Amino acid sequence: MTGDADHLLPSDSPVTLIDANGHPVADAGRALPDEAALRRALASLITARRLNDQAYALVRQGRLAVYPSSHGQEACQVAAAQVLDEGDWLFPTYRDTVAAVERGVDPVEALTLLKGDWHCGWDPYEHRVAPHATPLATQLPHAVGVAHAARLRGEPTVVMALCGDGGTSEGDFHEAMNFAAVLKAPVVFLIQNNEYAISVPLARQTAAPSLAHKGVGYGIPGERVDGNDVAALLSVLDSAVAKARAGEGPQLVEAHTYRMQAHTNADDATRYRDAADVDAWVGRDPITRLSAYLSIDESAFRAEAERVAEHVRDGLNRDVEPEPALLFEHVYARPTPQLREQAAQLADEIEREVASR
Amino acid sequence: MTAHEKLSMAQALNRALRDSLSDDPTVVVFGEDVGPLGGVFRVTDGLTAEFGEDRCFDTPLAESGIVGVAVGMAMNGMRPVVEMQFDAFAYPAFEQIVSHVAKMRNRTRGKVALPMVIRIPYAGGIGGVEHHCDSSEAYYVHTPGLHVVTPSTPADAYTLLRESIASDDPVVFLEPKKLYWTKEEVELGVKPPSIGRAVVRREGTDATLIAYGPSVPIALEAAEVADREGRSLQVVDLRSIVPFDDETVAAAVRSTGRAVVVAEAAGFASVSSEIVARVTERCFHSLAAPIRRVTGFDIPYPPPKYEHLHLPGVDRVLDAVDDLQWEDS
Repeated sequence: MTGDADHLLPSDSPVTLIDANGHPVADAGRALPDEAALRRALASLITARRLNDQAYALVRQGRLAVYPSSHGQEACQVAAAQVLDEGDWLFPTYRDTVAAVERGVDPVEALTLLKGDWHCGWDPYEHRVAPHATPLATQLPHAVGVAHAARLRGEPTVVMALCGDGGTSEGDFHEAMNFAAVLKAPVVFLIQNNEYAISVPLARQTAAPSLAHKGVGYGIPGERVDGNDVAALLSVLDSAVAKARAGEGPQLVEAHTYRMQAHTNADDATRYRDAADVDAWVGRDPITRLSAYLSIDESAFRAEAERVAEHVRDGLNRDVEPEPALLFEHVYARPTPQLREQAAQLADEIEREVASR
Repeated sequence: MTAHEKLSMAQALNRALRDSLSDDPTVVVFGEDVGPLGGVFRVTDGLTAEFGEDRCFDTPLAESGIVGVAVGMAMNGMRPVVEMQFDAFAYPAFEQIVSHVAKMRNRTRGKVALPMVIRIPYAGGIGGVEHHCDSSEAYYVHTPGLHVVTPSTPADAYTLLRESIASDDPVVFLEPKKLYWTKEEVELGVKPPSIGRAVVRREGTDATLIAYGPSVPIALEAAEVADREGRSLQVVDLRSIVPFDDETVAAAVRSTGRAVVVAEAAGFASVSSEIVARVTERCFHSLAAPIRRVTGFDIPYPPPKYEHLHLPGVDRVLDAVDDLQWEDS
């Protein structure tokens, strides 16, 4: 045991490389990603924003059952996916549809569950993206397990595990951090601190100096980053991934961002926060600051964003014939005799109903 | 060639783990105190020494983390076998088990299988203090997506555990801790599948006793005593609660026309009530009397000095058999 915890502590304030006005920050202590990387990030941010807003609109049109939007948090979503190699894994939460899409999951597939279907929609092995988890923080121990299995086989895999500020209060957050540290599992835990867990503000969630400080208790180095500065996110997450890959064990990153919209379309945020609080964050938008820095007119990237939006509309406006028999198909590798009986019963009921029409 | 050895149930489980670790490099064993100590019941004795710390290792003391990490390892090519130290200490893992272990295959349309085994020493009869003697099977069998098995003999313990580890579905493996030390000759070879198959342990013609796990020896003893008193009792051992072997159980009850279910768990909304319902639905016209149940009372598991009053015993089983509306009584 070592009593020295200093090397585990995050910086005093979140790392920012490009400020809210689009100016590079002097003496940030880190180099800016190169221009090609930033242009690539900007293109993704614009598509990500369009996808968030398209999905939100599709809820109002009745084509999605629910959508927890990451509007305003797109820099975290994009950076989390872009710092990974092909062999790495991403573990998203329900608010991380955009991160899954950035990693390669087809956006229509990514919205399957939120459309109201019974499965996650994509093959987790195709892009190494786990199904998104709804029970908070429960996916974090899975991320540790995937990383530990890879490490036992000597594979260079790193796992990016996402969670929110509310999720850090769950027992599984604690257990995952502790297991990862003890097993030296190559996991990067990225907390998107968007200030709210539905209606409950961060001050009711924790008394810690910052969420990144929680790493100290596990022996995990923590870092804080401006969650609306994609340049800083790419830099900090890239270092964290590199350290995890190099065998330095798990890394914790807290990204300071803000949930610009309600928890989901079913939530009314005016009941617990002032519009002025939200307005204060408009000026820190990740897209406007990066396009200002790059002096790029966002419209250059609109065509791709619209193409994705159209693909999503087409996919979700298409009516899919329900297949009730499938509800019994994947409960076990082979349905039990009891499930075969129940599937036959349902098929018979449906057949008789159709015949009586 | 198959070897025969006289083994206790704990030793048979240990052999099953050792043989699985030898045969399949993706099998890993972990949990609390399963390393150098060999587990509090010594089921993992010697495995770390033989296979190394990568294959059998101690974890932090956190059951949700143990099961959650197993989920991730199973997603990534391994076959984890995890130990929950005692029945009631598995409850912190409950959310992982019901929300993820049981559902991962379904929510990924079969793309992600979780070939993992959660071993849980369960039930009473060892004079354990509180939180060490729960019969927790009903919680697991009520969750679609889990297989739930429980051996009553060393031979079945070996076979069922080998099969559970080889299964592509997650298995909750309930080990009756009071039977850990019972010994018998075990055939360590390939056996016919036993997950999903009940077995008739003793033939009989007058009534059928249906039991599983720790209650099977009680049922067999009751049948022995009944035989001396001139009544022939058949004994069915479920072995596998999920999948449930309706065919074998219903055929057995039809052959005698009378049945008593013996189970240690509290009777209300239990595996025993499910058995009564299923058998009644299938065998109503073959039944000469309503099916009786001999179960634990609906109370928290009592302390050591009281457990003999709570556990189904031979006398209580025979009383229930006497109640089955015999024409000569």
